[in-house]
Amino acid sequence: MSNHLFSVSELDSGYGQSKVIHKLNLGIEKKEIVAIMGRNGMGKTTLFKTLMGIIPSMGGRIAVDGVQLDNLETYQRVERGLAYVPQGRMIFSNMTVLENIQTGLPASARGIVPEELYALFPVLFDMRARKGGNLSGGQQQQLAIARALATNPKVLLLDEPTEGIQPSIIKDIAKSLKEIRSLRDLTIVVSEQVLSFTMDIADRFFVIDKGRLLYEDVRANVNEKTINQYLSI
Amino acid sequence: MDAYSLSDLWSILVMQGFSGLSLFSVLLLMALGLAIIFGQMGVINMAHGEFMTIGAYTIYSFSKLTETYFPTLMPYYFIVAILGAFLIAFVVGYLVEYTLIRHLYKRPLDTLLATWGLSLIMQQLFRSAFGAREVSATLPDWLMGSWKPTPDIDIPLNGIFVMVMSILVTGAVVLFLFRSNWGLKVRATTQNRVMAGAVGINTKKIDRVTFAIGCGIAGVAGACFTTIASTGPTSGSLYIVDTFLVVVFGGSASLFGTVASAFSIAQAQSVLTFFLTNAMGKVVTLMTIITILMMRPEGLFRSKVRR
Repeated sequence: MSNHLFSVSELDSGYGQSKVIHKLNLGIEKKEIVAIMGRNGMGKTTLFKTLMGIIPSMGGRIAVDGVQLDNLETYQRVERGLAYVPQGRMIFSNMTVLENIQTGLPASARGIVPEELYALFPVLFDMRARKGGNLSGGQQQQLAIARALATNPKVLLLDEPTEGIQPSIIKDIAKSLKEIRSLRDLTIVVSEQVLSFTMDIADRFFVIDKGRLLYEDVRANVNEKTINQYLSI
Repeated sequence: MDAYSLSDLWSILVMQGFSGLSLFSVLLLMALGLAIIFGQMGVINMAHGEFMTIGAYTIYSFSKLTETYFPTLMPYYFIVAILGAFLIAFVVGYLVEYTLIRHLYKRPLDTLLATWGLSLIMQQLFRSAFGAREVSATLPDWLMGSWKPTPDIDIPLNGIFVMVMSILVTGAVVLFLFRSNWGLKVRATTQNRVMAGAVGINTKKIDRVTFAIGCGIAGVAGACFTTIASTGPTSGSLYIVDTFLVVVFGGSASLFGTVASAFSIAQAQSVLTFFLTNAMGKVVTLMTIITILMMRPEGLFRSKVRR
């Protein structure tokens, strides 16, 4: 597992006495896009929050590019290459689009917003002076991704990026993620319930159930029926 | 009111208006610090007034030291002393955040009690160090006297100085918050602490510096306070209620709201206390604010964005 760009080993996490993630192992290669699938309440968001250090882990190891992250604070994990697009986007609604993106720049040690971000999401350039809270849901999602990319990450975590987004924008987001992967040699981890989206972008699938890894396979061996049998109640 | 001629009324209005502007300036300086600490960070700092007192006693100490050891520097000491007031209040604020406040985030009631206790401790420290009696700094000559634009209108120079200081400090705070990288991080942290961390911002460091800057600004308010009144161990606590009122009435997340609120409260109090009694002036002001807050619980200015 140590050869993987992003590795999670024997990870335990939860809230108080209640354990949600149980001895979870993930090994993800450079430039790989993986989908973490699972029904509601199975621990996807808890997993992402634990990876970012928002929730403290109860045990196990997290590493990016050989650097252990598990004892670091959230901002230090970002400095070492993890970026996060949370469920619900959580953009800074009272700040402009430009300011939202700029919040990520200090972690990357860059002074200005990279042109490629506006090339990926042209709408953000047009709306750079507008308050983030006044954008539509789809535009906010693009802003949340641009803000995460501004930190110049090695691994991008996206928690349910299609939630509440109209289908045409979902296609745009999928296209952008594939472009970003090639452009930056980025590793992308997406948690999702919308299968069509992940079938479009993912190289590998993980299914988790009640915080345990239930299934893992590469895209070539996966079809909608395979995954659906794990997602159906 | 029949006893006043139109010319008298005009002079009264101008001078009371100016008196209101002086009060506005002190309230604004006090409220700016609190707008950052309470409005932006959500910390109920009951000891905010004591940081103002730190600033006031700093000016007093500088004045005594200069008078004793460097009397020729008396015309200039005040400017250096203002910087000293900011720095000392900043450092004390930094230490208070590190030792006390940071353990109490998300526990508003505990913060309220702890900072109230801190204010009592600080008052006792002032009493032990400077005595229970009020003291006054010796002001440089350029802060004494008044400006008489007409024979009937008398505008004190110290009032003008306080106004200029409040404009300068407000400008500096606006530039800091909206034109600097630090300000960007402060605004991000205060809007969403978790997400700020997730874009790589060291939120604990931001909290510490933001709290300290708020305290430093209170120190500058205290420095200005010495030009219009004497300083005692409880001087700061006299202003704390009015200051919270300004921040809440203005809309706790809005800096512009704080300015507008300080202006309206100070002017209302100044004019009303002349025509009514001091107590009735306060009562009418408070009743008006309560009525407005019942209709607009978020204060005068609230943000208009999707959440």
